[in-house]
Amino acid sequence: MEYNRSVAKSKKPPVGRRGFIKGVAAGAAAVAANSPLTAAQESTAHDHEHQAVPSDVALRVKALESLLVEKGLVDAAALDALVDTFEHKVGPRNGARVVARAWVDPAYKKRLLQNAPAAIAELGYTSGQGEHMVVLENATKVHNMVVCTLCSCYPWPVLGLPPVWYKSAPYRSRAVIDPRGVLKEFGVEVQDDVEVRVWDSTAELRYLVLPERPAGTEKMTEEQLAELVTRDSMIGVAKATRPGGGGSK
Amino acid sequence: MNGVHDLGGIQNMGPIQYEKNEPVFHAPWEGRIYALNRAVRALRKWSLDTDRYGLEVLPPADYLRMSYYERWVVRMFAQVVQFGLVSQHEIETGKPDAGSAKATPALTASMSSRFLNRGIPPGNDPNVRPLFKVGQRVRARNINPTHHTRLPRYARGKTGTILRDHGVYIFPDTNAHFLGEKRQHVYSVRFAARELWGESASPRDFVHLDMWDDYLERV
Repeated sequence: MEYNRSVAKSKKPPVGRRGFIKGVAAGAAAVAANSPLTAAQESTAHDHEHQAVPSDVALRVKALESLLVEKGLVDAAALDALVDTFEHKVGPRNGARVVARAWVDPAYKKRLLQNAPAAIAELGYTSGQGEHMVVLENATKVHNMVVCTLCSCYPWPVLGLPPVWYKSAPYRSRAVIDPRGVLKEFGVEVQDDVEVRVWDSTAELRYLVLPERPAGTEKMTEEQLAELVTRDSMIGVAKATRPGGGGSK
Repeated sequence: MNGVHDLGGIQNMGPIQYEKNEPVFHAPWEGRIYALNRAVRALRKWSLDTDRYGLEVLPPADYLRMSYYERWVVRMFAQVVQFGLVSQHEIETGKPDAGSAKATPALTASMSSRFLNRGIPPGNDPNVRPLFKVGQRVRARNINPTHHTRLPRYARGKTGTILRDHGVYIFPDTNAHFLGEKRQHVYSVRFAARELWGESASPRDFVHLDMWDDYLERV
């Protein structure tokens, strides 16, 4: 089963600004009419053509942005800054530096496990969705993995925005009922005597897995160690990469 | 709401679609709708909880068919009209209504880094007392509300143990619907996989959920 992004790939010819913005409005209104919160939309929804799913989504987003900018509700430069932040400044390299520091500095690791937000802020990483961080330590007999079954909760300041698979139905549905099967799909074999702890991010706590430091890394620098720490190992669906590659996607 | 977004434990959803070297955004519009959401929410007309509910009300078939950010687009068009930022007429014309007052953006480029540093208020409020304590056995309430909730179906009626008290948080079930913050304690609750899924589950698997006082009852 594949949930394609047909809308994103739509090749329909562009239509006028009025037409495409209206199409989405009708689609949204039709959708919103199901909701008790948005019942007020129902009366207007029937006045317009119905369209269950928006097409030409790029044009529609552009039109909405233009309208909101013209109305003074949003600042286009602020949008540029937000996109730039998540494309270039925040991402799993942040988390990797936290993990590498914890591997080389036992006192830092202790602080990280006791008060993760403060320890992460020591390295300069603070922002939304990371105020209530909890770090989960993997060990020989304990494997932690993180999911958000209800939506897409993820520790932005240390990992950036989540990958599509993390937000999609196959992972969200299966991580809690078949974690060992999911791990196997990621290439991680967990022995029977290892305790698997799944963390479903149902509130505002955000979880970062501290993977085990691979063997044979005793002489590596903190910087070199950070290169072994993959995004997936900090979600808990992979192990840290072994020196010379392997061990992780 | 017992919606399709509540995916935990559903089977037959197919293999995990892993993409190597995945970009942060797959197309420029994904980045724009992400940023628009952040910038519009800075106007504080609605909360993150209301945002989450805005995705849960999508019809199930649409929810599963749409990509993640397509859902955000549909939600955004619905919300800006529903909460009065934009009129239906403006959506149709693509232009501000004649005579409409010009607003001031809540978020500017120079503020955006500061804005990113502002999040959910600290989880400490000595005036709100916890109803449960660490180590206590608790049962997740068997509730089936039609409104927003963060208590997944797979945990309802199940018994677990309070692992940690995380302090005081806004209650999403009311806050999403503008019915008050109803601050209360949130706990990590540890459930044995066998309690959730039966004897076929591994005896060494555990699932932890973060749960508000109102989701729990004494055993």
